[in-house]
Amino acid sequence: MDASDSRTVKLTTEQDVVSARQAVRQLCQELGFSLVEQTKTVTAASELARNTVTHGGGGEMRLQVVRNGTRRGVRLTFEDRGPGMPDIEKAMSDGWSSGDGLGMGLSGARRLVNEFEIESQPGEGTRVSIARWK
Amino acid sequence: MSKARTTTASILKSHEKELVADWQKELASAGSASDVRIGERALHAQMSEFIGLLRDAAQHGDLVDVDRTAWQPMRQFLQEVSRSRVAQGFTSEQTALFIFSFKKPLFVRLRKELGDDPETLAAETWAATQLLDRMALLAMRSYQQSREEVIVRQQEEMLELSTPVVKLWDGVLGLPMIGTLDSARTQVVMETLLQRIVETGAEIAIIDITGVPTVDTQVAQHLLKTVAAIRLMGADCIISGVRPQIAQTIVHLGVDLHDVTTKATLADALALALQRSGWTVERSSGQTR
Ligand SMILES: Nc1ncnc2c1ncn2[C@@H]1O[C@H](COP(=O)(O)OP(=O)(O)O)[C@@H](O)[C@H]1O
Ligand SMILES: [Mg+2]
Repeated sequence: MDASDSRTVKLTTEQDVVSARQAVRQLCQELGFSLVEQTKTVTAASELARNTVTHGGGGEMRLQVVRNGTRRGVRLTFEDRGPGMPDIEKAMSDGWSSGDGLGMGLSGARRLVNEFEIESQPGEGTRVSIARWK
Repeated sequence: MSKARTTTASILKSHEKELVADWQKELASAGSASDVRIGERALHAQMSEFIGLLRDAAQHGDLVDVDRTAWQPMRQFLQEVSRSRVAQGFTSEQTALFIFSFKKPLFVRLRKELGDDPETLAAETWAATQLLDRMALLAMRSYQQSREEVIVRQQEEMLELSTPVVKLWDGVLGLPMIGTLDSARTQVVMETLLQRIVETGAEIAIIDITGVPTVDTQVAQHLLKTVAAIRLMGADCIISGVRPQIAQTIVHLGVDLHDVTTKATLADALALALQRSGWTVERSSGQTR
C-alpha cells in the first residue's frame, strides 16, 4: 500500500463540511470512480465530517490515495480531540443519536464504504477511517 | 490638561482652512485623496466636519475619554463616514488612513504655534496623538460593524434568492432547490413554501433536489421535516430530482423515505401531480414525436 498522496482538510465549521465534500468528490473523480461510487463516498464523508464538527468539537480529515496491487482507492481519516464515545456499539446502531439527529450517520457511512474502522476514547477523542476501492 | 484642551481647540478653530488644505495634500501623497469614489468636495466637507467636531469635543470634553457624551457627535460622524467607505468599497486601511493622515498637518501646526513652549508642545502633541489613534480605532470598529451588516444582509438576500417558489399548475407549486441544504436554508425554504401554500391554496408541492449534490442524513432529515409540515397544512408533497445514484445512496444510508413520494425528474413529478388532481394531458390528434 502506497500512501504518499496525502492532504488534510480542517473541520471546524459547517462550511468546512462543504469543502470536505468537494475535496472528496474531486479525488474520486480523479481516480475515475463511477457516479454511484463517487456519491456513496462523498455522502459517507459528509456524515463523518459533520460528526467531527458537531459531536467532536472540530478536527480534520485526511485524504489519501491507496493502492493494493492494481486496485486504487481513497482512504479518508477523520480525527478529533473531542469528548469521544462512551459506547461505540450504541453509537454505531441505527437510529441512535445523543442529539436530535437521525442517528444514521455512523451506521449509514459504514454501509456506504468497503472498509470502516472506528476508535474512540472518552475524554480523548475519536478517529474514524474509511476506504472505498474502485 | 485643561490648558492643553483649550490650546488644541483654539488652534483647530483659527487654522481650520490651512489644516484642511494640508490634510488633503497629505492624503493625496498617500494616494488616497484623488479617489473618484469620493468627490473632492465631499472629502473637503468631511475634513471640515471632522475638524469642527474635534474642536467642539476638545473644548467641552476630556481629550482622552472618548466614551463621554461630548464625543457623541464625533462617534456618529465616524460611523457615517465608515459606513459610506464600506459602501464605496474602500478597504479598512484606507478608512484608517483618512484619520491618520491628519496627524502630520496637525503636528506641524502645533509646532508652529507652540514652538517656543516645548513643554506645552509635548503635552499637546501627545494628547493629539492619543486622540487621533482613538478616532481611528472608532472608525475601524464602525467599519467592521458596517461590513458585518453588509455580509448578514447579503446572506439573507441569498437565502431568499435561492428559494423561488413557482406555480407549475393550478394547485401545484414547485420549489427548485440548488446547492447545500443546511439548517438555515431549510428553515427559510419551509417558511416560504408554507406561506405560498396558504396564499395560493395549493394542494401539491413539488420539491426538486436536482441541484442538491449530496443528500446525507441531515438533508434527509430536513426534507422529512418539510414534508411533515406540508402535510400538516393539508397539502401533499412530492420530492423530485432523486437521481439513481442518490436513490441508491439513500437506501444504503438506511434513511426511511418510504412515506415520501419521490420521482427521478421534475417532469415525472408534475405528471403525477396533475394525475392526482384530476387532470389529463393529451396530445392533440395528428401530432407525432
Ligand atoms: N466524532 C464524534 N465524537 C463524539 N461523539 C460522536 C462522534 N461521532 C458520532 N458520535 C456519537 O455517535 C452518535 C451517532 O452518530 P450518528 O450516527 O452520526 O448520528 P447523529 O449525528 O445524527 O447523532 C452521535 O449522536 C454522537 O453521540
Ligand atoms: Mg451524524
